[in-house]
Amino acid sequence: MGAVLGLRCRECSREYPAEPLHVCEFCFAPLEVVYDYDAIASQISHASIAAGPRSMWRFAPLLPGGENRVDLGAGMTPLVRAPRLGAELGLRDLWLKNDTANPTHSFKDRVVSVALTVAREFGYTTVACASTGNLANAVAAHAAAAGLEAYVFIPADLEAGKVVATAIYGPRLIAVKGTYDDVNRLCSEIAGEFEWAFVNVNIRPYYAEGSKSLAFEVVEQLGWQAPDHVVVPIASGSLLTKIRRGLDELVRVGLIDGHSTRISGAQATGCSPVAAAFKSGTDHIRPVKPQTIAKSLAIGNPADGYYAVKAARETGGAIDDVSDEEVVEGIRLLARTEGIFAETAGGVVIATLKRLCDAGVVHPEERTVALITGDGLKTIEAVASAAVPTMTIKPRLEEFAARVKEKE
Amino acid sequence: MSASVRIPTPLRTLTKGVSEVNVDASTVRDMIDALEKEFPGARERLCEESGEIRRFVNVFVGDEDIRFLQGLDTPLPDGTQVSIIPAVAGG
Repeated sequence: MGAVLGLRCRECSREYPAEPLHVCEFCFAPLEVVYDYDAIASQISHASIAAGPRSMWRFAPLLPGGENRVDLGAGMTPLVRAPRLGAELGLRDLWLKNDTANPTHSFKDRVVSVALTVAREFGYTTVACASTGNLANAVAAHAAAAGLEAYVFIPADLEAGKVVATAIYGPRLIAVKGTYDDVNRLCSEIAGEFEWAFVNVNIRPYYAEGSKSLAFEVVEQLGWQAPDHVVVPIASGSLLTKIRRGLDELVRVGLIDGHSTRISGAQATGCSPVAAAFKSGTDHIRPVKPQTIAKSLAIGNPADGYYAVKAARETGGAIDDVSDEEVVEGIRLLARTEGIFAETAGGVVIATLKRLCDAGVVHPEERTVALITGDGLKTIEAVASAAVPTMTIKPRLEEFAARVKEKE
Repeated sequence: MSASVRIPTPLRTLTKGVSEVNVDASTVRDMIDALEKEFPGARERLCEESGEIRRFVNVFVGDEDIRFLQGLDTPLPDGTQVSIIPAVAGG
């Protein structure tokens, strides 16, 4: 388990051993992994990280799980400058963390690599998850590579690409007639009855830690400097919360002197309970029934929404939401300016970033990093009608020449 | 009025491992009173001091979250299935 000391309740601070537990037995609040940071500080340095594998596991001391990893090579995805998109948005120092470049093309490979490593250490032979799609892909692939049985539960109306890119790895794929929140609820009940490692239920405290590696990598790739502002998509709110924890931990173990990174969140208006709470000034998340093309973010009852609101407020960030039309425009804008094809969640991030720039929340001089967490090929339905051939012609030079002239 | 309540794993220490209990209750509020009577300590685990359901506890009557219904005043028709489920993240 590396430098893991145990688990601690985020609300009442009751402590638990490092076991497959996810909520405090007393107050039901989430549990979080506790580390021996002094031990980690003594064994980690810029040099030790640079000498590590070119994957998220170069940060192994700051993650749960031992040496026997379930690892398809997640992490160390490109951090690229985005001058053309920056010019469109009025930002002079914009960067994109391109997590479409993961083994199953989303950031979920990070959390799953940790979750399955830990699940195997606990002795489980069957892993499971409730998923909006990206997690399904990642769990199915990693389980296949590790020789673990997998049960994957998805809403029955998921995008075709996400269904195919799960089923192909051979898990038991269960399509549930309902929303993600219905699937999640079912899985919570199943998790109580079956002895499985449910990555987002009983393994969740460990699983969620994998998201920190996004923050670690961004800082390393910027030459051990924390960015001024990070824009993060929000589904359950876990990723945003863990970006902050990751930055704080880098300070705690002495890898950077400090950070004053503002963390902002992005939602689709059709499922924006966290943005709504932020904007109305409360920390009370009112669940909603999702209605948006951004299905990977369509969690109407986000478990970590409360903490995401808190993190955005305390770091001076903001949380905003955008319409489905803006999501499609965001996907197209990112693709045509920077050559990155993102799934709907990426469209949500870019459209929200635009909105935050227009509102003066993100400043032109800030070094801003937008997290692009999933690949556009997973959700082609969202943009298929807007992305079509310029013209269809016969294979004849004259026709081409004439038609091109017309276009000009 | 009788409702059948599914008890989540973290609360089964109170119910001596029992995963489903029947209570006489006509609203969710009554149900919590009934659980407290049968399993002292249940209320403190499920509710804030104000009496509201804790932030990280979801209560479903049938298929619906009580936050979409009438909260603690949500009626429990005879034979209703109630589920108490801790919030879980996902994605």
